[in-house]
Amino acid sequence: MYRVVLASRKTVEWIGLLIVAFLFVFPFLWMASTAFKTMPEVRQFPPTLLPETWEWSNFAQAWESGPFLMYTWNSILVAVGILVLQFLTAVPAAYAFARYKFPGRNLLFGLVLIVLMIPGQVIFLPIYVQLSGWGLVNTLWSLILPYAASAFGIFLLRQAFMQVPDEVIEAARLDNASEWKIMWTIMVPMAKPVLVTFGLFSFIYHWNDYFWPLIMTNSDEVRTLPIGISSLHMSDGGTLWNVMMAGNMILILPILVIFFVAQRHIIKAFIYQSK
Amino acid sequence: MRKAATVQELPGVSQSKTAVRSQTFVWSDLASRLRPYLYLAPALICFVLFFFYPIGSIIYLSFQDWSLINLEQMEWVGLQNYQDLMVDGDFHQVLGNTAVFTIATVGIGLTLSFLLALWLNKKAKVYGIIQATVFSPHIISLVSVSMLWMWLMDPQFGLLNAGLEAVGLPAYTWLTDPKSSLLSLIIVSIWKGVGYNTLIFIAGLQSIPGDIYEAAALDQSPWWRTLRRITIPMLSPTIFFLLIINTISSFQAFDTIAIMTQGGPINSTNMLVYYIYEQGMDFYNGGIASAASVILLILVGILTALHFLVMSKRVHYR
Repeated sequence: MYRVVLASRKTVEWIGLLIVAFLFVFPFLWMASTAFKTMPEVRQFPPTLLPETWEWSNFAQAWESGPFLMYTWNSILVAVGILVLQFLTAVPAAYAFARYKFPGRNLLFGLVLIVLMIPGQVIFLPIYVQLSGWGLVNTLWSLILPYAASAFGIFLLRQAFMQVPDEVIEAARLDNASEWKIMWTIMVPMAKPVLVTFGLFSFIYHWNDYFWPLIMTNSDEVRTLPIGISSLHMSDGGTLWNVMMAGNMILILPILVIFFVAQRHIIKAFIYQSK
Repeated sequence: MRKAATVQELPGVSQSKTAVRSQTFVWSDLASRLRPYLYLAPALICFVLFFFYPIGSIIYLSFQDWSLINLEQMEWVGLQNYQDLMVDGDFHQVLGNTAVFTIATVGIGLTLSFLLALWLNKKAKVYGIIQATVFSPHIISLVSVSMLWMWLMDPQFGLLNAGLEAVGLPAYTWLTDPKSSLLSLIIVSIWKGVGYNTLIFIAGLQSIPGDIYEAAALDQSPWWRTLRRITIPMLSPTIFFLLIINTISSFQAFDTIAIMTQGGPINSTNMLVYYIYEQGMDFYNGGIASAASVILLILVGILTALHFLVMSKRVHYR
């Protein structure tokens, strides 16, 4: 009797888990399925689970509905450009916070924490005004420069640098290594897991970003993928859901692939925000 | 922070040796004193240019009548923009929408996440997989999430209505009816955010020492009492953190609105950031948009200050 109760509890638990997985995975599978259907099949009732005929041309249609090669290239330039700049500004700053005592350190670190907590959406207008004064609105610079320094990156790296044992640094100093060299050739390699974590976070965040490119740009030459994809639903004569879903597959596939490969790092990166 | 002062100590020691050497060491002393500031400079310059200066600037701009079309033409109007906002029915509705959206997403979202965390916080591999599954919407662009849910919520061909009809329920208009549009955005927002909160809760649960639970088990404390007396109090820093973070991020709601509803129908889904965007970029009411930004800034600022206060308390009992 007891065994039966145990077994049925387990079954209930498994059914529950399946329902939860279904709720979060199925919408994506539905997106994928729609992306391969023909428009008549999309409108069919009851809906079909898998496409009856696989319509690969939806992807071509989405891709050709705008200069998508350019959007993709811009997205890569912006996400990678931001990542490189954030790396170059965060490493020295984090090193200074982690390894030096100097007047004003706590105050300056407090300012970094404030930057970490206040979202950019609050102040996009004055940044727009400022960038337009410099003639940078509607250039890739307007997408990259405001993110050149990352408070989150400084915060994360500072913690990693603080954990490097003092002996390592003292040994290097005895060998007459310059501070600059210690920073880049000893600290950075030792903080590699944290750097990977931060790199993934930054890349995913800016790859996905819709708000900033929408505000700062108005021509195709400098727009990024999320903007291009979002314009897919402005077609006349009813929404082409299949083409729209195909376009979105193009946007999310790179991120999903990265997620499957580096799932642990990514979850850590996003969870780290809370520490 | 331990032993961070080693660099500065070195020059000080050598200075006393000879007069000539101390001359040269004054320079290196100065250099090593300046070094941390040099290292901080690039990042700090960026923060000043793209954070602190804009914050000052938005306050200044909120007292002006201006538009993006002609930035030369600025006129000081004092508190006029704020007064206009206070009597503007649309803005009242925007604040109300933002409040309803925030209370619902944060309240329901956190409750669901907490229950999921209690359930999924187990060692077996399946639970890890489910955790990752629940988390996955969090890394997907809101553009895709919005378009996906527009498709699911399509009144004619959407899957949600097909599901409702299949079990004999009436179809629903979701995004196009002002009665349900805000609710629809709330559903999308909860779906997107629940995984992140669940994982933070799980991290919090795992930091509770196991012997407390063993003691409770020895006392034969029923599960709900253990939950109320141990788990929830021990999790209170996590709960508070998530309350703040989720509230701030729901104030920022923009992408879903811009793609799914454009604030409509009849202003029913318009919220603060979208309102600022609309006023500033579409209607060229720079002053009104700035004043609304300052109000948003004050709200977020209060939450941030609260967060710091509680975080510094948290350090004490760690």
